[in-house]
Amino acid sequence: MRNSSLISGGVNRRGVLKGASALGGAALLGPMGAKMARAQPMRGGTLRMGISHGSTTDSLDPGTWENDFTNLLAYTRNNYLTEVAADGTLVPELAESWEASADAVTWTFTIRSGVQYHQGGTVTAEDVIASINHHRGEDSTSAAKPIVDPIVDMRADGMNVIVTLSEGNADFPFVLSDYHLAILPSVDGAIDITSWDACGPYMLEELEWGVGARLTRHDGYWKTDRAHFDAVELIAILDAAARQNALISGEVDFIDSVDLNTVHLLQRAPGMNVLAVTGTQHYGLPMDSRAAPFSDNHVRLALKYAIDREQIVETILNGYGSVGNDHPIGPSNRYYNTELEQKAYDPDRARFHLQQAGLDSLDVDIHLAEAAFAGAVDTGVLFAESAASAGINLNVVREPNDGYWSNVWMQLPFVATYWSGRPTEDWMFSTAYADGAPWNESYWSNERFNELLVAARPELNEDLRREMYFEMQQLVSDQGSTIIPMFASFVMAHSDALARPDVIGANWRDDGLRIAERWWFA
Amino acid sequence: MSHIWSMIAQRLALGLLTLFIVSVLIFLATELLPGDFAEEILGQSATPETVAAIRRELGLDQPMVTRYFQWLGGAVQGDFGNSLANRRPVAELIGTRLGNTLFLALYAAAIAVPLSLALGILVALFRNSAFDRIANASALTAISFPEFFVAYILILWFAGAGGYFPSLSTLRGDPDLLEKLYRAFLPALTLTLVVTAHMMRMTRAAIINLLASPYIEMARLKGMNPMRVIVKHALPNALAPIINVIAINLAYLITGVVVVEVVFVYPGLGQLMVDSVASRDMPVVQAVALIFAAAYVLLNLLADVLSTLSNPRLIHRR
Repeated sequence: MRNSSLISGGVNRRGVLKGASALGGAALLGPMGAKMARAQPMRGGTLRMGISHGSTTDSLDPGTWENDFTNLLAYTRNNYLTEVAADGTLVPELAESWEASADAVTWTFTIRSGVQYHQGGTVTAEDVIASINHHRGEDSTSAAKPIVDPIVDMRADGMNVIVTLSEGNADFPFVLSDYHLAILPSVDGAIDITSWDACGPYMLEELEWGVGARLTRHDGYWKTDRAHFDAVELIAILDAAARQNALISGEVDFIDSVDLNTVHLLQRAPGMNVLAVTGTQHYGLPMDSRAAPFSDNHVRLALKYAIDREQIVETILNGYGSVGNDHPIGPSNRYYNTELEQKAYDPDRARFHLQQAGLDSLDVDIHLAEAAFAGAVDTGVLFAESAASAGINLNVVREPNDGYWSNVWMQLPFVATYWSGRPTEDWMFSTAYADGAPWNESYWSNERFNELLVAARPELNEDLRREMYFEMQQLVSDQGSTIIPMFASFVMAHSDALARPDVIGANWRDDGLRIAERWWFA
Repeated sequence: MSHIWSMIAQRLALGLLTLFIVSVLIFLATELLPGDFAEEILGQSATPETVAAIRRELGLDQPMVTRYFQWLGGAVQGDFGNSLANRRPVAELIGTRLGNTLFLALYAAAIAVPLSLALGILVALFRNSAFDRIANASALTAISFPEFFVAYILILWFAGAGGYFPSLSTLRGDPDLLEKLYRAFLPALTLTLVVTAHMMRMTRAAIINLLASPYIEMARLKGMNPMRVIVKHALPNALAPIINVIAINLAYLITGVVVVEVVFVYPGLGQLMVDSVASRDMPVVQAVALIFAAAYVLLNLLADVLSTLSNPRLIHRR
């Protein structure tokens, strides 16, 4: 249902096709797409990008990377073992090939030989182990620690790296494409987090945190059909109006985020292309499933039917997104459940569930801040309006942005959250829905779900996996404790001077954060 | 003259005490904020284990008093420590940004101070004329708009497509002075518009206040022309309040321009302060706060010294 509505509603008054393709994962693009895509990539030029993040407190330590500036810099400067291609499939990068044992517990990665670092030297199996070990262990301060926790052992055998996991995981190679897990040169089994050396497409030339970075092409780069620019500049422009202005006045060629309130003005400016990609990024409203009244699934369902998703997508996202169905799997995921009924605004049904819970009316507080996602507070206000006619009094409490993630999120019973999403179902579910996961933000624990999660993880049979993931989406949607009203598009813009491939990545902003490697000047 | 020197010495000593108190207050205020560095830097990704590991590594698990005195011990020896976030020495982190902030403040002051003095004298001369009213109304309008609005208007007029000036003031590489002046023109102009009204109106008020004095009456009765009366006779006696208001505005130009920095992407101290407070990066917050406090202390001292020097009755005190 959702896909067809997206496609039929594709070309709207703004003249932009929004939404992801039903198959595959990647998305589609502004009206100029077809024309520009035919050009052959050309070498040269300096790509200047206005980036919506960037803080003076950023650092080169891969364990601290967390915003669009550090992450874009990461993929511009580094290589990883694997790469999520623009169409959502996994392709080799530094790992030439890999194979798993039958139980998906032991994985052998063959490292590509002769890959050069910017400052000389080549990538070795020891470097790979040191780079991943940086995030592991008791003293790890890395934000990526939970995702590499399942690794119990790694050893090098020539150019092979043999990884043993605590339990089978058929998607393990996907994990190695994560932006934290950059492969860096090592000395005595440790990487140097202050070094500028790396092995990616561009090498650092200037770097000032919170201001910008300049990189030049790495001449020895092993991918001969990639990295077309001579140089790449990342400029942190936090203010949305300033960013848009910089693009229009030609001071940058690309901006990674467009203010949805003024996107129509940008569209009218000559020579500008707005690009909207719907992938896995979604905004949610988690409820603490241990706390009354949310411990009763009927109350959760009442709230799910009391929110007007269509209105929220149209108002908060200005149409740049699609409605969510209370589970975190998007149409671009491999095992997206196409058979699930889409929940819609239905005050009568909400009232019915309230009665089932033994309630005539419901009074709840929801704690929101813009730190969770842009428009979170307004989403709450719209929700309160639509919920009122179902007998639910939703009280919107505005919380400070500062300290939101440490004092409100996962601390108070009803809050807002955002997820960029994950390329695989297992990764997303294990991160935020599995029983006992550190980021299980709704403290949800469902026996059947957790059984399926463990059973699906090492399963190498595609059909069986599909069946299990379909059921898990159903479970999260009907019994889960998070309202997911919308999937938000990544909305970017670039000047006519830039050209890009037909299909661009939907897993992150900026063509899967690999714009510097994949795009070129027309 | 000697009492001026002793005043300066005394005020500097008091200034040091002020800085010490400021450092204690800033430290306590940072501690009072919910969440510490480990939690803020990890944000949504924080888990109890990684938070604990970061605290261990940076010594944040030590008691508050211990951490303060460790920092103070370094600071009195001129070592402001390393940023918690990227482990770079605070001095290095602040160096270029302090330079940028001072450059922009001086640039704006170089336009705003002569402009507001000249305008202030002129509106005093032509007080209650149409010129007086227009000048006052425009200056008050400019100060009443929020800074970011003034900035956007200037961008719209002077930058934009085919504009005369860049809307991004980022200083990259090693630009020469002319390039720096060109790049920073719009932010400097924005700040000029924001601070001019205060100084201009103070100049006007201080001068007009004196115009009823007997000695001005005398000058006028002698047939001196009005401009000469104001510049030669009224202005020297009005200098003290004018100098004070200029000092306050200069301090503001150094410490309060974060909004302008953000809109024009100008890498100054304001943004550094905001980022560091947001991540609870205590050594950087302390260092920037001390610079801001020192700016106020020194500019106020300078204003007092100049006021004293401008008044013969205070120099030749008996």
